[in-house]
Amino acid sequence: MEYVIEMLGIRKQFGDFVANNNITLQLKKGEIHALLGENGAGKSTLMNVLFGLYQPEAGIIKVNGKEVKITDPNVANRLGIGMVHQHFMLVENFTVTENIILGHEPTRGGTINIKDAAKKVQELSERYGLNVDPYAKIEDISVRMQQRVEIIKTLYRGAEILIFDEPTASLTPQEITELIQIMKLLIKEGKSIILITHKLQEIMDVSDRVTIIRKGEGIGTVTTSETNPIQLAEMMVGRQVTFKTEKKEAQPKDVVLKVENLVVADNRGIEKVKGLNLEVRAGEIVGIAGIDGNGQAELIEAITGLRKVKSGKVELNNKDITGFKPRKITEAGIGHIPQDRHKHGLVLDFPISDNIALQTYYKEPFSKNGIMDYKKVRGIAADIIKEFDVRAASNMSLARSLSGGNQQKAIIGREITRNPDLLIAALPTRGLDVGAIEYIHKRLIEQRDKGKAVLLISFELDEVMNVSDRIAVIYDGAIIDTVFPRETNEKELGLLMAGQELSSKQSKGGDA
Amino acid sequence: MSSRTQNFLVPIISIILGLIFGAIVMLISGYNPVAGYTALWNGIFGSSYNFGETVRTIIPYVFSGLAVAFAFRTGLFNIGVEGQLIMGWFAAAYVGFAWDLPTIIHLPVAILAAALVGAAWAFIPGILKARLGVHEVIVTIMMNYIALRSINPLIAAVTGGAERTPKVHESASLRSEFLQSLTDYSRMHWGFIIAIIGVFVMWFILEKTTLGYELKSVGFNRNASEYAGMNVKKNIVLSMVISGAFAGLAGAMEALGTFGNIASMSSFSGIGFDGIAVALLGANQPVGVFFAAVLFGSLKNGGINMPNEAGVPNEIVSIVIALIILFAASGYVIRLLLDRAGKSKKEVK
Repeated sequence: MEYVIEMLGIRKQFGDFVANNNITLQLKKGEIHALLGENGAGKSTLMNVLFGLYQPEAGIIKVNGKEVKITDPNVANRLGIGMVHQHFMLVENFTVTENIILGHEPTRGGTINIKDAAKKVQELSERYGLNVDPYAKIEDISVRMQQRVEIIKTLYRGAEILIFDEPTASLTPQEITELIQIMKLLIKEGKSIILITHKLQEIMDVSDRVTIIRKGEGIGTVTTSETNPIQLAEMMVGRQVTFKTEKKEAQPKDVVLKVENLVVADNRGIEKVKGLNLEVRAGEIVGIAGIDGNGQAELIEAITGLRKVKSGKVELNNKDITGFKPRKITEAGIGHIPQDRHKHGLVLDFPISDNIALQTYYKEPFSKNGIMDYKKVRGIAADIIKEFDVRAASNMSLARSLSGGNQQKAIIGREITRNPDLLIAALPTRGLDVGAIEYIHKRLIEQRDKGKAVLLISFELDEVMNVSDRIAVIYDGAIIDTVFPRETNEKELGLLMAGQELSSKQSKGGDA
Repeated sequence: MSSRTQNFLVPIISIILGLIFGAIVMLISGYNPVAGYTALWNGIFGSSYNFGETVRTIIPYVFSGLAVAFAFRTGLFNIGVEGQLIMGWFAAAYVGFAWDLPTIIHLPVAILAAALVGAAWAFIPGILKARLGVHEVIVTIMMNYIALRSINPLIAAVTGGAERTPKVHESASLRSEFLQSLTDYSRMHWGFIIAIIGVFVMWFILEKTTLGYELKSVGFNRNASEYAGMNVKKNIVLSMVISGAFAGLAGAMEALGTFGNIASMSSFSGIGFDGIAVALLGANQPVGVFFAAVLFGSLKNGGINMPNEAGVPNEIVSIVIALIILFAASGYVIRLLLDRAGKSKKEVK
């Protein structure tokens, strides 16, 4: 059997921390090989070793059967290894071609020969059915097109082996299908692909074989057709995992949150929420499904008082809270797990314990007459940290030093302990691993069962389907339909998210 | 190496390195470093007079350092300490000579006037930043020049055309015969006690009050503070105002202590600008600022003695002092070197 890449017994260590230990990954020519593991399992480390960013302490790397030392990314490029990054490395106000040649500009007489480059980009685009305009500016094209630019970039540099790092994270189901088509075409043209992901369904759909790593250890490689998602999940996590979060039937009661004809503009003054209507009742979880950028962020910021409402109304427990200051809204009974936990959720340079007091520091028991009682802050924080299983070196460790999952648990602990009537959870599990996701979903459902209203915003269809009692699909700043998870499926949701109303069943056509 | 020994070692190594490099500069320029440093030492501690003068040099540095540090902790860069200091200086001098009150009221009122006027001077950049988003660095620099250019007409206006105000009344003065007799008639004054109180006040505000919690939170992360319901704009203004009050107090020390009046100025005093270095050297911590001011003031005052006693010209003195401060401020680099040295030792094992 011919392997294009063999990583044999790779070990990578940072200080006392072993990031990779005895991992073996063998990529056959012309296969899609998935690399599966939780966050922090060591996938990125392994790929950075392959890409020449890290030097392994032990193990050998062979390319086309020959042992090589990949000392830096340029060597990797020369060996035909290309990486499609999760966070695109593109210059927004450059054209597609300019981005692709960046760092390898072809020159003629001291000036950049953009025409030839553009022609080559056009050829590659046609050959792989990528449909990219070489002269379009990056800022003007969609996320999926930007990803294709990244793919062309690697091909342009002569990559035979493409590494895709979590490529589906920001795509809709339809776009994912298209991407899979592209990957299959690449394989047909003789390329080989390593696909980094933690989405099991994707692996089942596209990969030929899967290598699983867990906590830095190579667990093994299996052939996709001989395995199933449950087995993969167990190999990944090391224990049995429940996919369907156990929950009782929802018992919705009074309306807690009522949003009427809400209009909100973004920083540039462009309307992002356009006459949105929404209701969340006590004892139910309403999930907002949608593609990033359809007004979710603006909607939440408007409800929580972080952004001005242009027109329309927000009511909490039949009380108008439109245009209230964030503190008033917090005190009225809203808890908020913000989308960006580093930007909004935490003061990273404060100790965890001070972060626990972030919204309530001005009240007893945390302070009295303007004097902080840090002893009480630490005491109460210690209880919350314990109850919500936040793992930190000490309660006085800076929030910055915690892992993402533990930071998120601290925020959830803080918000839930304030006992709000409405809990808004925006992308609460983004970037977290299966274990932490399970925990957070449980906590959200627990709030619901206590008779609280929960509003969940997520880009992950699995999450929305699994956790919500009702799903409101947001598209272009409005809720275009509300469905029940039991009565819908991913395909239908995907169509809705792309703006196609089901009732009319008419394809609106055009390029989304 | 434990972090405690490191905290103790780093400043000492830094200063020694600064001294060594200062010595090299003196050697290259053809002066005797031993004589130079002896003169520096004598300038600081050599006589009771010199010691008294050193203390009074340190006092305004403590306040200007606190002023800059306080704003820094809220994420603001107050370069306008100099201007706030000048205005505070004037206010204290004016209240000191123009009003007649018993000591127990007069002195506090004069000090308070300086703090209030300094605060008011800093309020302007604060409100412009909060309301209109104008960068405080630009506005505070402008405010410095406005202060400098308006101080002479102000002095003329309150004195009927004189170049300097009369000395403040006894009842508003920080000077005392007792301190003068102790220090051979130096200009040392009671301001050092007020400076220590100032250090305590800053520490108390930042570490003990809800206001301090808010100010630090805003300084670290404006978005999260807003999310948590804090009024970010109010905190920006407040931070500038408190910073300005400290700056005004630095002026009060000069007006009621060192000089006893204010004289027309043709250039900045420099105390406000040096406050930036003091604050950074002290890592924006109240106690750190105190020690940084001690180092800064000592070197400044001791340096005056170097041309007289050792014949080292002023220019070289400035370079030597700057080197010592530069090394003291680069503690981070030394920490890094210590860490690396510690690590390579471990690997050898």
